[in-house]
Amino acid sequence: MSTSKTKGTANETAAPAVFGECPLPIFEHPQIVMGHGSGGKLSAELIEKVFVSQFRNETLERMDDQAALEINGTRLAFTTDSFVVTPIFFPGGDIGSLAVNGTVNDLAMGGAKPLYLSAAFILEEGLPADELRRVVESMRVAADAAGVQIVTGDTKVVNRGKGDKIFINTTGIGVVEDGVQLSADRAQPGDKILLSGYIGDHGITILSQRDNLEFESELQSDCAGLWVLVREMMAAAGDNLAGLRCMRDPTRGGVATTLNEIAGRSRMGMLLQEDEIPVRDTVRGACEVLGLDPLYVANEGKLVAVVAPEIAEQVLAAMQAHPLGKDSRMIGEVVAEHAGMVLMKTGIGGTRVVDVMFGEQLPRIC
Amino acid sequence: MKYLDEYRDGGIAAKLVAEIKRVQTKPWVIMEVCGGQTHSIVKNGIDYLLPEGVELVHGPGCPVCVTPLEMIDRAHAIARQPDVIFCSFGDMLRVPGSDGDLFSIKSRGGDVRVVYSPLDCLKIARANPDKQVVFFAIGFETTAPANAMLTWRARQEGQTNVSLLVSHVLVPPAIEAVLSSPQNRVQGFLGPGHVCAVVGYSEYEPLSERFHVPIVISGFEPVDILEGVLMLVQQLEAGRAVVENQYSRVLSRAGNVPAQQLVDKVFEVGDRKWRGVGLIPKSGLHLREEFADLDAERRFDVASIETMEPEICIAGEILQGIKKPHDCPAFGTLCDPQHPLGATMVSAEGACAAYYAYGRHLKPALVNIGGQA
Repeated sequence: MSTSKTKGTANETAAPAVFGECPLPIFEHPQIVMGHGSGGKLSAELIEKVFVSQFRNETLERMDDQAALEINGTRLAFTTDSFVVTPIFFPGGDIGSLAVNGTVNDLAMGGAKPLYLSAAFILEEGLPADELRRVVESMRVAADAAGVQIVTGDTKVVNRGKGDKIFINTTGIGVVEDGVQLSADRAQPGDKILLSGYIGDHGITILSQRDNLEFESELQSDCAGLWVLVREMMAAAGDNLAGLRCMRDPTRGGVATTLNEIAGRSRMGMLLQEDEIPVRDTVRGACEVLGLDPLYVANEGKLVAVVAPEIAEQVLAAMQAHPLGKDSRMIGEVVAEHAGMVLMKTGIGGTRVVDVMFGEQLPRIC
Repeated sequence: MKYLDEYRDGGIAAKLVAEIKRVQTKPWVIMEVCGGQTHSIVKNGIDYLLPEGVELVHGPGCPVCVTPLEMIDRAHAIARQPDVIFCSFGDMLRVPGSDGDLFSIKSRGGDVRVVYSPLDCLKIARANPDKQVVFFAIGFETTAPANAMLTWRARQEGQTNVSLLVSHVLVPPAIEAVLSSPQNRVQGFLGPGHVCAVVGYSEYEPLSERFHVPIVISGFEPVDILEGVLMLVQQLEAGRAVVENQYSRVLSRAGNVPAQQLVDKVFEVGDRKWRGVGLIPKSGLHLREEFADLDAERRFDVASIETMEPEICIAGEILQGIKKPHDCPAFGTLCDPQHPLGATMVSAEGACAAYYAYGRHLKPALVNIGGQA
């Protein structure tokens, strides 16, 4: 029987004498593991320890989804994203539409009208040229819908087995509209948290397409460019653009991770209502079976917005009036208590903490 | 969603809580046996709804948590070999062995794959005839039929490049170990619904009688758990001690007989080591001698690997309901899901991981603010 011979209190935990003999290593991965790309705590640790520690500057350290730059009096938003997804074609989209919309959305979340994109391709030897053409056509359609032009690009080919069919990087630049002050550190007590529709559709669609799962569903990825929705929200805010505090698209790591980032940056608490968070039955069912939590599943066409209470109703109405936000809901509010923590009232009236995902979500055994 | 929403209904939950409060006059300690129940209790905040006199302690029923360290090390020794495709359920990948976890082995070039069904291993084996496909067959009675089916089909189909690293455990001997411990505080059990869906619950009747302890086989949704607690409190207050079935929509006393027959064809009962607890006699399943050639421990000659447990981790006491996760000095400080010291912190079903994921490492006072909101 393993009993701890050394009974310490919480205050003593840092004392090396107590833990010095522990034969289990504390994990610092000497290699990159998949969890480093999950958008959870492992990713955050990698960014902080490896990247920010080297590149440190004021713009980067704001850690928003886009860099906000001011050049000759014009406020620009600048962002980049790489796309790796298997399979490259899936219901509701493909890696091409994802690559355009993902970058468009990162700009839009900064209140910037997206203008120009670059597109860089890493192609694996053997990729059918026809598949590449389909991907590129889909990028053109997505760019047209978002009103952006793809103005520069690059192509590299790697040996068979050194890539996964196609990797795409897009970089985007946009102009921040006058009066917009969106940032993750601006949430204030009393602000309302709005969500633009059903969560988890993209992540579960991708899972359902993987050949080791084989469950069938009518589900489609929600992949969409959100600038057109953000524009309507800004119009609804009218003179009170400052009342739009923060917007984020909850991609990897899902709504839970995004809200934790905002709560952490703003040093505010959040209280969510589980019953108000829209999840399709298909997504709930798949999550039940696979042991996943929809709050941590990726979305590619949804946004969460933190909005001042006085304009919350009108912004919500504008979202609901747009096809991309017709299922929008108010899912909770910002509170002064429990700063940095997101709490949720559960459906049965209990309360739980909604923490950041720590690595990849792992399916449970039973 | 049908068959789920009814069991997550806040109104029904509130009525059950009120009834528990009405019936309960003395303090009682109840153990939920299964890790899935622990997860649901913490996820839904069920323990916050119960009156102070009804204490829930968390049981040994997390299959990842009870898999002994040496078995993890054996798995890793196999997974590191060049011509092996090592298949496992997902939450086993992050469990640390003496040197790294399966994720690390994968990042160093090991072929480690997550499967959702053991039978996927057959497909992988057919597609990779020049590789050895090994499945890490862990779990309680719940996963035994699927693992038995893999063994059976591999034999039927002559798929010789498949083998199983078996670390199967059984629930009743663990309950007996909990009740036999001189430190035991548990007075009633929420029995494991999914385990009993396979094996039925007749095995639990002699336990209940011998130790005079009520056992209510329960489901996993909030209403299931609250109803199970109510049935237990009613028995405890009345001085009764019998086995009752709260989860009758899923299981019967006899269980799933064809599944039991298959398990019996492939596996036999034997002694098994439990992580943090030690050897419990007749508490595990082993491949029968006629399937010995599918036993990965023999095929890869790893049975001699033995590992000592770390001394600081109190997972063993947590699994026996003697301590709770926040009683551990390392909880949330030196030990978190990113740097787990013990398996109870790794699996989503582990009590430590459930406590951590739902914020129990944070100041309870803060959590209660939300609780009253």
